Amino acid sequence: MKTGLFIPCYIDQFYPGVARATMELLEKSGCKVVYPLNQTCCGQPMANSGFAAFSKGCDKNFVQNFSGVDYIVAPSGSCVLHIKEHLQDADEQKATYIKQHIYELTEFLTDILKIEKLDADFPHKVGLHISCHGQRGLNLSSMSELMEPSFSKPERLLGMVNGLQLAKPKRSDECCGFGGTFCLFEEAVSVKMGKDRVREHAANEVEYITAADTSCLMHLEGILKRQGSHIKTIHIAEILNSSKA
Amino acid sequence: MSTASHSKAAVAFIKDEPRTDWHDETLWFVREKRDKAAHGVAEWEQLREWASQIKEHTLSNLDKYLTAFEEKAIANGITVHWAADGKEHNEIILEIIRKNSIQRIVKSKSMLTEECGLNEYLHGKGIEVVDTDLGERIVQFRDEPPSHIVLPAIHLKKEDVSETFHRHLGTEKGNNDPQYLTEAARQHLRSKFIESDLAITGVNFAVAETGGFVVCTNEGNADMGAHAAAVHIACMGFEKMIPKAEHLSVYLRLLARSATGQPITTYSSHFHKPRKGQQVHVVIVDNGRSKQLGRPDFRNSLKCIRCAACFNTCPVYRRSGGHSYHTAVAGPIGSILTPNIDMKANADLPFASTLCGSCSNVCPVKIDIHQQLWKWRQVIAAEGYVSAGKKTGMKGMAFVLSRPALYRFSGKAARWFMQVFPFLFRSKKMNPWYRQREMPKPPAQSFRDWYKKNKTA
Repeated sequence: MKTGLFIPCYIDQFYPGVARATMELLEKSGCKVVYPLNQTCCGQPMANSGFAAFSKGCDKNFVQNFSGVDYIVAPSGSCVLHIKEHLQDADEQKATYIKQHIYELTEFLTDILKIEKLDADFPHKVGLHISCHGQRGLNLSSMSELMEPSFSKPERLLGMVNGLQLAKPKRSDECCGFGGTFCLFEEAVSVKMGKDRVREHAANEVEYITAADTSCLMHLEGILKRQGSHIKTIHIAEILNSSKA
Repeated sequence: MSTASHSKAAVAFIKDEPRTDWHDETLWFVREKRDKAAHGVAEWEQLREWASQIKEHTLSNLDKYLTAFEEKAIANGITVHWAADGKEHNEIILEIIRKNSIQRIVKSKSMLTEECGLNEYLHGKGIEVVDTDLGERIVQFRDEPPSHIVLPAIHLKKEDVSETFHRHLGTEKGNNDPQYLTEAARQHLRSKFIESDLAITGVNFAVAETGGFVVCTNEGNADMGAHAAAVHIACMGFEKMIPKAEHLSVYLRLLARSATGQPITTYSSHFHKPRKGQQVHVVIVDNGRSKQLGRPDFRNSLKCIRCAACFNTCPVYRRSGGHSYHTAVAGPIGSILTPNIDMKANADLPFASTLCGSCSNVCPVKIDIHQQLWKWRQVIAAEGYVSAGKKTGMKGMAFVLSRPALYRFSGKAARWFMQVFPFLFRSKKMNPWYRQREMPKPPAQSFRDWYKKNKTA
């Protein structure tokens, strides 16, 4: 199974460890992972700011990089959702194939690889932050607003990790306030939302906050560090890929 | 208004952090009540789907249903007026007031009259309107607009209400007992009801089949007004239409549960014809709605039944308050309705969202609110209502991100700068990220650098 590894731009530049964990996890699970070297960004920052018209170059580059693989997997629900909803190309067939075969990591592990057990150890108390685009956009877990049976792909995977103690915040799926360029243009609300998330996790006395989206974690990490908190952030791929020290 | 106005107002709101927490928790409590109520209805998601489809059908056949409604209403003895915009709406009401030599007016909650600026208009003509919804009366005393379409004074604490009533109703200074304050309002409003010549109400649902309309309140104030006054004017946006009375069984079950978590509003009053000697007028208003109906991406925003569930769930609304939206209808739904009316003045609102999607999930008529917020952003940018600086920034970003080599160079350069000159990024004025957040620690190499070194032979 030829799997194209899509590493969103800010993960590539600032969180290479998340990318490595994702790659190793996929390889361990039997995927033939290819990493197209000329990939950049999904185009979401422009599109969410109202300038989807400017993201055509990103679209073209994305299609050039990711045509010809069976699946595309990324450790970011938000970027995956953007591609799924908005990717356009002159070659419609190629764009459609990509949109139908791109997966967020926990979704891919659950629905395509059908992972039932993991050889992972992470003996820590961990708070799970549910990222909105993964949840409400990609349906990675049930949503508190809808009257539907409860399920969670990330939680199910975390349940396979030895020693991990999961703690959920009081408001199970409230947004952290990152929101792309929202975090700059609506800085006050963005930070207040983040502080409120952090407070609920701190009340659970967690050691780590994890999520399936690095962008939420980057925002929460910035707040935690400014507060001088001992709570660390860690991407779910890093936990699922962790082994006995 | 500049495009930054929501964010600026939000900064002012959040300055008082304990009060922001109180506001957030108060509205979250309402959201939780809504969840509980919805969980009590096994067919909740089915009801939402029906509600959405009935409105879909109605909006697609609106001309037919509006004229059917008018015909029935006239046959029932109701006078029907048509207003193209807020100005016409206000003029129609003024004319009725003058014709009947009306002196005293009570009005129950109607967001449409807020949208049309009716109170200010009549005030300008020397005519005073008494708002009879408790929350609306409180904000009216304070000369403030409502901050929420269902809970107009939700931004105020009982201490604020006590102070306001002390000033306007002569209640005891410092007495914050809610029962005492409510009783004072009750006595005050009783006399207004009894003295009134005209009652203005909103309309929650207008039924094409019967020519009647339904007004929902928890305080019974619409009924008190309509029953006491000789003239009743009901104002409605034209999207309030539903085809049949039986469809009320869908909407009335959804409305109060979505709004406050109640199974039904305390009073769901059905008005069909004037009682003997009474006049009933219905004013049907367009005010931009036909324009919205003609926008394929935004037309289904007209399905809205004004429950405000999207307000209560919105993490941004809860932390910035209704007034930060500077429009009659605030919150997520306001942010997709108001750019249609004045795109320039409301260009900031579709950006006052993280696009988390919770609004669309709670919406009882399944409006894709967060998708429409995204689409409005595109329209607003295309029409040139985004700041030049932001546009240039996005253009630059797009230029870099569509050129792999330039992206890699820029990324490397940025990380190098962050490592070598970290102080460059530590300007709270220039870098909004850094104001209350630390910067991420830049690694020595990107993933690609590592990959090339270690994974490619």
